[in-house]
Amino acid sequence: MSAGRDAIMGSLRRALKRGAEEADAGARQAVDRRLDEFPRGPQPARAQIPPAAQVDLFEAMAVEQAATVARIASLDQVPAAVADYLKAANLAPKLRLAPSPELENLPWDGQPMIEVETGRAEGRDQVSLTGAVAGIAETGTLLLASGPEAPTTLNFLPDNHVVVLKASQVVGAYEDGWDRLRETYGRGHLPRTVNFITGPSRTADIEQTIQLGAHGPRRLHILLVEDTESGNGPRDGG
Amino acid sequence: MSETAPRVGLFVTCLVDLFRPSVGFAAVKLLEAAGCRVAAPRAQTCCGQPAYNAGDRHDTRTLAAQVIAAFEDFDYLVVPSGSCAAMIREHYPALLADNPELAARAGTLAAKTFELVSFLTDVRGVTGVEAAFEGSAAYHDACSGLRELGIHDQPRALLATVRGLRLEELPDADVCCGFGGTFCVKYPEISDTMVTDKVERVEQTGAGTLLAGDLGCLLNMAGKLQRRGSKVQVRHVAEVLAGMTDEPAIGAGVEDRKG
Amino acid sequence: MDSSPRAFKANARAAVKDPQLKRALAHVKVGFIGKRAKAVARLPEFDALRDAARDIKVHTLDHLDLYLERYEERMTAQGGQVHWCPSAADARAAVLDICRRVGAKTVTKGKSMISEEIDLNQHLEANGITPVETDLGEYIVQLRGERPSHIIAPAVHLTKDLIEADFRAHHRHLPPERSLEEPRELVEEARGILRERFLAADVGITGANFLVAETGSSIIVTNEGNGDLTLALPRVHIVIASLEKVVPTLEDATTILRVLARSATGQEFSTYTTVSTGPRRAGDVDGPEEYHVILLDNGRSEMLAGPFRDALRCIRCGACMNHCPVYHAIGGHAYGWVYPGPIGAVLTPGLIGIEEAGDLPNASTFCGRCEAVCPVRIPLPKMMRHWREREFERHLTPRAVRAGLGLWTFLASRPELYHRVTGLAARLLATLAGRKGRLRSLPLAGGWTGVRDLPAPQGRTFHALWAERNRSTGP
Repeated sequence: MSAGRDAIMGSLRRALKRGAEEADAGARQAVDRRLDEFPRGPQPARAQIPPAAQVDLFEAMAVEQAATVARIASLDQVPAAVADYLKAANLAPKLRLAPSPELENLPWDGQPMIEVETGRAEGRDQVSLTGAVAGIAETGTLLLASGPEAPTTLNFLPDNHVVVLKASQVVGAYEDGWDRLRETYGRGHLPRTVNFITGPSRTADIEQTIQLGAHGPRRLHILLVEDTESGNGPRDGG
Repeated sequence: MSETAPRVGLFVTCLVDLFRPSVGFAAVKLLEAAGCRVAAPRAQTCCGQPAYNAGDRHDTRTLAAQVIAAFEDFDYLVVPSGSCAAMIREHYPALLADNPELAARAGTLAAKTFELVSFLTDVRGVTGVEAAFEGSAAYHDACSGLRELGIHDQPRALLATVRGLRLEELPDADVCCGFGGTFCVKYPEISDTMVTDKVERVEQTGAGTLLAGDLGCLLNMAGKLQRRGSKVQVRHVAEVLAGMTDEPAIGAGVEDRKG
Repeated sequence: MDSSPRAFKANARAAVKDPQLKRALAHVKVGFIGKRAKAVARLPEFDALRDAARDIKVHTLDHLDLYLERYEERMTAQGGQVHWCPSAADARAAVLDICRRVGAKTVTKGKSMISEEIDLNQHLEANGITPVETDLGEYIVQLRGERPSHIIAPAVHLTKDLIEADFRAHHRHLPPERSLEEPRELVEEARGILRERFLAADVGITGANFLVAETGSSIIVTNEGNGDLTLALPRVHIVIASLEKVVPTLEDATTILRVLARSATGQEFSTYTTVSTGPRRAGDVDGPEEYHVILLDNGRSEMLAGPFRDALRCIRCGACMNHCPVYHAIGGHAYGWVYPGPIGAVLTPGLIGIEEAGDLPNASTFCGRCEAVCPVRIPLPKMMRHWREREFERHLTPRAVRAGLGLWTFLASRPELYHRVTGLAARLLATLAGRKGRLRSLPLAGGWTGVRDLPAPQGRTFHALWAERNRSTGP
């Protein structure tokens, strides 16, 4: 172990009046328990509502944070919805797609005008399309996780970030999002990068006036796929 | 006065004693009207805040012990100042913690110590006063009373019952006036900036009178208003609630008296 | 402005006279306070969350050694490396070593107050490496050769016309006819310039809002996305964090995140909250190949031992300075070091010594607004008073103040003598004031009468009049 580590640990142990190992057993137990049980703090009541209402809250909060949301009935409609978005925003019909089979296997041939490339983002890309792990209703926040099928650069380099989110992926609180990640990656493990994204990039560094598009995307567009019966159906685990 | 009436020890504060005894007499009148027997023990001087806030715990303890001895036999200790009340109520017990005997007495005293206006409303259940005041007033929330003792609604509620008085809500009423005890003379430029902001707000309300519950803040704001040549009159809230506004306002000369 | 807390008084005197600064600071008073109040009003659980956030921090600080051990374990298991740095010099050296080993020429930086604390930019430049600040406000103050004047709004002391002038002076390609009048245009200009820097950087350095023991992760919170481009594009990601940034679990970080943005900017949630856990994994097509965490102590383990432990709860939201009337009057630079405002008045003496920063904990009226808004309920006035007590014990308090206090206590602890003296003083001051009722000047009271009149006493003391009344009416 390094000298720096020894010095800092020694100083911390003195400050905390640590004694022999046995004497500190209580402290160690408290730490183990917290890490093992990861108790939740107060949960805002606003998001403790039925699933359909959570989806509505997610949309309302995302829009409030300057994201745009388009609801579509099924994943198959994604290419057409992307085409609509590009046209409405007056963007060139080019798309950088996350290399995920679910997105790649969509009926892109129905939109022959759109030039689709997959992979990580390059500096010139104008529009990216990615999936998401969850949508957090509490604040209209997207939860994205990095991986071979989800390069992080897609979330930040292009001017326009389009995200496909299924209604079944919408949860109430951030903690519900962590639980979904724990199901996938195991307890104590996270993917390399987890991104919570709430609206497009912004800054208020000049005279406290909010400007969108500081360094990250200028626009965040969410394609909300209504894959659940409006509020009554069983929820799929994501 | 009935023998069962609570015995109140009035701690007038060093500033009221020296600068504005009429505030002390207004407090006596209000307390008596609320059914209290009032005494002002002569063994009182200063609550110790100047030493406490200068980091001198030793001298602060000396003065705290003196206040405890002078007031512990009363049913209540009442102060026409939020900051002195907070000193006794919120700070004495911790200050004296390493002397268990004194700390226990400090705790007992703290529990029966109140700022004047909140004592009237919260302890004595006073809901109105018999007083009249012609004109408009703005009320400034002095910091210690507001944030350490939660005094906000009480003075407004009683002022609302003063005949003829129109209360103008002061924007940023909760922002410090820049007094801060010795702060105002140690950092006069910063204090000046703060009190200038404050009195500009007061002037914007158009109110003819400025009220607050702490004489230190009142002296600071009155002094700044007068340096600017402002006609706003400055008074302690107790003077208006007691209907004792015959004395010239704070820092106002006999020739400034309203006609 | 002298950048040392020793120059506080002179700095403050200059700051209150600076009309440009006054205009810029007006935005703090209006913007931050109103937005926070609105966000708080929208969340009924806000105060419960503050309690919970405080409790998490208290628990973590009580077990800081153990949580740091767990954090290191998890983090190294994910392929990252921890560098334990007792001092600022150790931290500078550790960063430079990494940069040299990978042959770095330019380094992009996300906003990091710890990097300010260790003067990292100067050190890198002196060693031939170019640091590029990418947070817009930080970029602006870097162009100006200044420090941030606020921990979350580095350029809050500047108005847009000054920023325009800086851009024109430094961005040589700018044609004079190109308009930069609007904030929008300034942001666009910076975006264009910095985009190239992001793509060219060899190393990205960010701070951390949290380190998570449960997963070995670091978390940053930004609105611009600059932190994400800084950590995702270069080959190496270096996180600079101080010890007290660790929290036990993701849930604990979440609770604090709920109060962080609301307290800071009044946002419901910051735009980007990014959790990084180690370097690029098998199959990843982007992300850094190396992931390092510089863990800085720099005096914190000592603060943990004493009465200033509570100050280590700070989550750097800036609410205390946003609500501080002293900060509103003088801005952040007057404080002379990295952390301004109430939290700076408590942290700075702890980190660089009370003898270097004696004015900071004194320049407060104890109005308590900072404590009232602190999301982790740090008793800031109490901490400042603790520093004043240290100064008094060590005889650092100015001699005139000590003498004055000594005299006051001497009198105040002798009530009969006190009443005689105050009786004389009341009469004397009232006589001096005459019919005007106030004094425009008074010997030895220049601190008061230099800026305001002194209302005169009414003439008799309360106790004299009270004794008289009781003699005439009976007690």
